[in-house]
Amino acid sequence: MTSNVVLTTGLALILIGMWGLLTHRNILRIIIAFSLMGTGTHIMTVAIGYVTNGTAPIIDRALNLSEAPVRAVDPIPSALVVTAIVIGLAVTAVMLAYAIRLYQSKKTLSIDAFTESKW
Amino acid sequence: MMRRIFAVLSVAFFGLIFSSLAINYTERQSLRPLAASYVKLVPQDLGAPNVITGILLTYRAFDTLGEVAVLFMAAAAVGLLLGKSGQGRRHSPSKISDRAKSSSEIVQSGAQILVPLIGIFAAYIIMNGHRSAGGGFQGGAVIASSVLLLVLASARYQIDLEFFSVTESAAGVFFVLTGIAGLIFAGGFLDSRVLPLGQFGAFISAGAIPFLSVLLGIKVGCELSVIIDRFRA
Repeated sequence: MTSNVVLTTGLALILIGMWGLLTHRNILRIIIAFSLMGTGTHIMTVAIGYVTNGTAPIIDRALNLSEAPVRAVDPIPSALVVTAIVIGLAVTAVMLAYAIRLYQSKKTLSIDAFTESKW
Repeated sequence: MMRRIFAVLSVAFFGLIFSSLAINYTERQSLRPLAASYVKLVPQDLGAPNVITGILLTYRAFDTLGEVAVLFMAAAAVGLLLGKSGQGRRHSPSKISDRAKSSSEIVQSGAQILVPLIGIFAAYIIMNGHRSAGGGFQGGAVIASSVLLLVLASARYQIDLEFFSVTESAAGVFFVLTGIAGLIFAGGFLDSRVLPLGQFGAFISAGAIPFLSVLLGIKVGCELSVIIDRFRA
C-alpha cells in the first residue's frame, strides 16, 4: 500500500516534468522540468524496491542477521538511486553551464532564439 | 496552438501508460532471489552491516568507479564551458571582490561556525558508511555543501583549484590501486577482502570498504566543489 502511493507520486512527478519540458520556452524552466523528471524516476525506483513491512537493509540491533532476508527491503534500487542522485546533480550542473553560455551568445534565455540547429 | 495540442496528447499518452503501471503494480511480499542473496552475503562474506554500501563498494564497485568517471566528465565539461570567463579572475583575485558584493555579517559569522561542524558531520557520514546509513557519495556531497557555504559567505574566498585536482586524482589512483590489490590478493577487481574483515560492526572492519568509502568521499567532494566554483561570476 505504502509503495503504491510513492510509486504514483513518482509517476506524477515524471508527467509534470514532461509537461513542463514540452510547454515552457525558457531554458531555466526546461532545466527545472528535467530535474523534476529525474526526481520522479528516483522516487519510482525506490518504491519498486519496497517489500511489505520491510525496513532498511542495515544489520543492527533492530534487524538481526537471521531475519534480514525476510524483513529487509530490496537493497539494489537504493544502491542505484544513491549514485543516480549524484549523477543527476552533475548533469544539472552541465545543463546550467550550457544555459550560461547560451545566454552569453544571444542575451536571452528563450529557446525560440536558438534556431540554428532547428529543422 | 499546434504545439500545445501535441504536448497535451503526448503527456496524456504517457499518463495512460503510467496509470496502467501504477494500477497493476502489486507490492512485493518477499525479496527477489538476487536481493535476498545480497542481504545474506554482504554481512557474511564482507562483514559490512550496511548491505547497500557492500553492494556499492564491492559487488558493483566497478559501476561506482564508472559513475565517479561520469562525475569527473561532468566537472570537466562545466570547466570547458565556463572556463574562459573565469580565466581573467584567476590572475587578478582583487577584481572579483570589487565586483561581487560580500554577503551580510549574519551569513559570514554563520559560515565560520557551521563550516567546521559540516566538515565533522561529513567525516562521520563517510566513516560510518559500512556500519549504518551513509557512505562516500553522501559524505562527498556534504563536503561540497560546506564549500558552497564558504563561497556564498565571502566573495574574497578562492578555492585552491590545484590542491583540489591533485587530491582528487590521488584519491582516484588509490581507488584503482585498491582494486588491483583485490585482483592479486583476493577474489577479483575491487574485492574488499584484501584487508582483514575484523569484528562485525566495529569502527574499523569490513575489509577495504571504509578505505574505499573515504577515497570516494574525497573524490566526490573535490569534484562537486570544483563544479560549484566554476559557477561563480
